[in-house]
Amino acid sequence: MPKVLIPTPLRPYAGKQSVIEVIAKTVGEALNDLVTQHPDLRKHLFAEDGKLRSFVNVYLNDEDIRYLNKDATPVKETDTVTIVPSVAGGQ
Amino acid sequence: MTLALRIPRVLYDQLRQHGEATYPHECCGVLVGEFDEAGGKAIKAVVLCGNTRTDSPQNRYHISPSELVRIQREALLAGHDIVGFYHSHPDHPAHWSATDLDEAHWTGCSYVITSVEKGRAVLTNSFMLLEQEEAKHFEDEGLDVVEQ
Repeated sequence: MPKVLIPTPLRPYAGKQSVIEVIAKTVGEALNDLVTQHPDLRKHLFAEDGKLRSFVNVYLNDEDIRYLNKDATPVKETDTVTIVPSVAGGQ
Repeated sequence: MTLALRIPRVLYDQLRQHGEATYPHECCGVLVGEFDEAGGKAIKAVVLCGNTRTDSPQNRYHISPSELVRIQREALLAGHDIVGFYHSHPDHPAHWSATDLDEAHWTGCSYVITSVEKGRAVLTNSFMLLEQEEAKHFEDEGLDVVEQ
């Protein structure tokens, strides 16, 4: 099954797990299955319009899904979807 | 103040030297380690990253998400976690800015800031991000430098 890696700030909403297996054929299905398993995650990943929040990056293995086929990007059983909030700032 | 973030002296020196090396630009990197049951953190490794904000590197930093993906994966494989991040403030106080708070999204993690004055690292402070987006804020966090 495809896996989703959960970053530390979201683990309290994902049963404290760092890796969650999902049933999915696309990245969109993977994220949907993830929030179905852990509904508290939804508002931390998605804005009210249903789109990913602006600071949430989603990668399929080592590729940013924005540069692939976004939600429709196919996932294989051995793939890993990684969620990483952005890291930035400055004085 | 509770001493909540423990860092070996060699890693502490490493992140401060990174700020001196990139001066007058901001440096940035990732703190890999462990959370303990009491809510504290122990840093096991400092991962130096590039600052992708080449448009304004003297007062902004950004870590490539692809670097974060790789670091997070390797940390988990080693049984560790991303526990925080660090960056420098060239010729500016070692305190979080409004931009630092706006752009901080790793709740529960530490944000370590070093002031670098005229190329020399001066103060290093740590702040923990608390609460989620709408209520998020930084709280002072003790930095316990462990001599080895």
